[in-house]
Amino acid sequence: MSTVEYEAVIGLEIHVQLQTATKMFCSCALGFGEEPNTRTCPVCLGLPGSLPVANAEAIHYGLMIGMAVGSELAPRSIFHRKNYFYPDLPKGYQISQFDEPLCSGGELAGVRIHRVHLEEDAAKLVHAGASGRIHGSEASVVDFNRGGTPLAEIVTEPDLESAEQAGEWLRLLRTTLRRLGVSDVNMEEGSLRCDANISLRPVGETELGTKTELKNMNSFRFIERGIRAEIARQEAILRAGDKVTQETLHFDPRTEAITSLRSKEEAHDYRYFPEPDLPPVTITEAMLERARAAMPELPAAREARFLDELALNAESARLLSWRSELGDFFEAARAAAPNVEPQMLANWAAELAGRVDGDDPAASPVTPQALADLAGLVAAGAVTQGGARQVLDRLVAEGGDPAAIVEQEGLGAVGGADELAPVVRAALEAHPDLAERLRGGDMKPIGVIIGVVMKETRGRADGKEVTAIVRSELGLG
Amino acid sequence: MLDLTAAGAARAIAAGELDPTELFEAYRARAAADELNAFTWVADAAPEPADGPLRGVPLAVKDLFCTEGVPSQSGSRILEGYLPPYTATAVRRLEEAGATLLGKTNQDEFAMGSSNENSAFGPVLNPWDRTRVPGGSSGGSAAAVAAGLAPWALGTDTGGSIRQPAALCGIVGLKPTYGSVSRYGMIAFASSLDQAGPFTRDVTDAALLYRHMAGADPQDATAVGHPDTIALPSAQRLDGVRLGVPEELAGGEGLEPGVLAAFEAALQHARDLGAVIEQVSLPTAPKALSAYYVLAPAECSSNLSRFDGVRYGMRADADDLDSMYTETRHDGFGPEVRRRILIGTYALSSGYYDAYYATAQRVRTLIVREFEQAFTQVDAIVTPTSPTIAFELGSKTADPLAMYLNDVLTVPMSLAGIPAISIPCGLSEGMPVGLQIAGPAFSENRLLDTAYALEQVLEFDGSPARVGAGA
Repeated sequence: MSTVEYEAVIGLEIHVQLQTATKMFCSCALGFGEEPNTRTCPVCLGLPGSLPVANAEAIHYGLMIGMAVGSELAPRSIFHRKNYFYPDLPKGYQISQFDEPLCSGGELAGVRIHRVHLEEDAAKLVHAGASGRIHGSEASVVDFNRGGTPLAEIVTEPDLESAEQAGEWLRLLRTTLRRLGVSDVNMEEGSLRCDANISLRPVGETELGTKTELKNMNSFRFIERGIRAEIARQEAILRAGDKVTQETLHFDPRTEAITSLRSKEEAHDYRYFPEPDLPPVTITEAMLERARAAMPELPAAREARFLDELALNAESARLLSWRSELGDFFEAARAAAPNVEPQMLANWAAELAGRVDGDDPAASPVTPQALADLAGLVAAGAVTQGGARQVLDRLVAEGGDPAAIVEQEGLGAVGGADELAPVVRAALEAHPDLAERLRGGDMKPIGVIIGVVMKETRGRADGKEVTAIVRSELGLG
Repeated sequence: MLDLTAAGAARAIAAGELDPTELFEAYRARAAADELNAFTWVADAAPEPADGPLRGVPLAVKDLFCTEGVPSQSGSRILEGYLPPYTATAVRRLEEAGATLLGKTNQDEFAMGSSNENSAFGPVLNPWDRTRVPGGSSGGSAAAVAAGLAPWALGTDTGGSIRQPAALCGIVGLKPTYGSVSRYGMIAFASSLDQAGPFTRDVTDAALLYRHMAGADPQDATAVGHPDTIALPSAQRLDGVRLGVPEELAGGEGLEPGVLAAFEAALQHARDLGAVIEQVSLPTAPKALSAYYVLAPAECSSNLSRFDGVRYGMRADADDLDSMYTETRHDGFGPEVRRRILIGTYALSSGYYDAYYATAQRVRTLIVREFEQAFTQVDAIVTPTSPTIAFELGSKTADPLAMYLNDVLTVPMSLAGIPAISIPCGLSEGMPVGLQIAGPAFSENRLLDTAYALEQVLEFDGSPARVGAGA
């Protein structure tokens, strides 16, 4: 039994569909689930004689992505043809970029970016038959609506170490892209797709091990599960004293099975060469200026602002900056209640995030004003934490005004010795053994007493105040 | 009426002296009775012409231009039955100027060939001597214009496919500056070289047709148009015009003696008109052919990948995808096209790219620079267009290299992207010889003027080719 410990080295290749008005190389509108083959023209069908013309808006978006990750933006980049035969590729080649991409280098949250380049998406193959994959299908048909959609391919350096880290980083990337407004980054609909290059090496080793490429995973959950499964597979191979084979793999999220798509020997020779139909992409100062002007505040800058200006704790600052819709909701609530302490509001935003489905709390019945009011009620002592959580549950379920809910539900805080002292006294009388231990200086049972009081007041009492009353009732000073 | 040049016919129609339908019908009848196999499709009836400067002048168009609803198969079996849903920009512009589509002309398959013997429609015959080839790849357009089956025609030139057949058929052919005419709708052979141009009976018609073809096109990112309006040529003299004879191309080596003699006679005419003949050097030009036969096949191997049987054209019956691809492409492409796809695929393969494609690109860059250098010394460069007169059908089909050598004088200008015109300058063994005049990028106006002045004194008689062909 080997005692070697292995570490994973992971790099990601992300394909993002850009939400331009038209396709990468023709003037067809992008497809959004229309009837098949209704968003096509001679260019995106690859008809004889047709020619591509590069979409200026896609280049603009590519520059924005490059700026967001601090890439070097090439003053002159060129398109290449990547040649291979497949029915979803009507020209027999994909127009992509090769050794002179639009953006080189960069970094996002400690993960280095290798490059960002532009290319066109393939069409969609629909396989009739049970498997849903080309092998074993009875017939295949092609829908060219998707063909030619602009893609930005973002390639990282192998700087990630675990499935969880990869998943978390991808969420940040997605937020960044969404903030930029360049893509709707919807993984389920395929507008954000991810391949992972994975290798293992003994801890302490600096040489990279043999890598495999896990193709086209379309949800964060599948990506993390796929990477985890592949790391486990490679570790088992290495522990058994065997060698990992360089190959391209498919992860089946239903069965967790990893199967080979093709080996290194079967790899395509893409015969890249400069696309003669397109002149080089030349970036002018005006194009750079336009991209700069369009840059929104990005998650990293927002995180720093939340830390520095609002003095949020690190956890809140990251949560509210990496999840941009939540951050937007938080900022809207802050604007509605500028006097509420930011950290308190951040805590309630986090509470809200845990209660809503999806990424955007604005899609729930809760309004930023309501969240701000709720935090204000807590801050004023008008409702306890526990009571406020109940109010939030109701807000998420049906919306409404927090103060009104407190009133209707009788959730107003019970405060002052006048109201609480009788309840505390009753609790102590009901538990004479505990009262005795408390008198003797053993404070452990206080929790039980507080619990009884909370139950009596339906959570409307403040724990600290109850403790103070217990001490005074028992003469503990 | 059939003796009128296109410009003459346009004038007569505009003046109301000639009925465009009558003119169209006269040409239609000749084209339909074509014995040269120059046409692959002929219109049934005269289309309603648009109102423009070319109103009612019939136009023959090389098969590889897409024409909406009209067969366009680039001389290939693989596009059998293909009817494009759109019309090529160059053709559309001419139709908008009033030209009417008379027919589509035969060509070497996907414009690959120098004799028009590589066509799925069979070879085209030279109207001067039907045992000989018309040249290629635009052999149908050249033969049709030479034989008077059409007043003028569109062709394309990748390495000489307008100039060489024009020379071999005794007419005028212009390969314009790369990028001055849109390639949108031209079924591509080699994208960085392909350029559309006119076949005409005289230089004036070439200027007129080119004027209405040139222009930027939002659908072709490489089409920038022409900076000048193309004028109808008028020069009578060539005083002070410096014409360069590149020793590497026109030194006599590899040229038939009769071709050389006609070329030298043309130079004497130029001197008589006041031109200065100088020797220039294009040291890399002899390597142009080798570079061309790497670059053009490399591009074609990719351009022709779309003919895969999935969406249009021919599809072989097969049990699986890979067999469908292989059988469709094996059966659909002719041997020359298959040869070039294989050469190009090899040249782009990983491990060979630098040795072939990248090296050929460096040769191309050198050639561009050498022409630029030469044009600081002379106004235009002159050579024979083809080293030979039209050769016998079948005489070179077994030897691809001998066939490729026919492009040796036209390929350098293609690699440089510069304009070049071929005009008939005499006969050798009773067959036409072409004079090629090449100039710097976008110097068409000057080229046309030079060609026009020479044309006036050369007094070439093309009428023998028009005897007996057609109805």
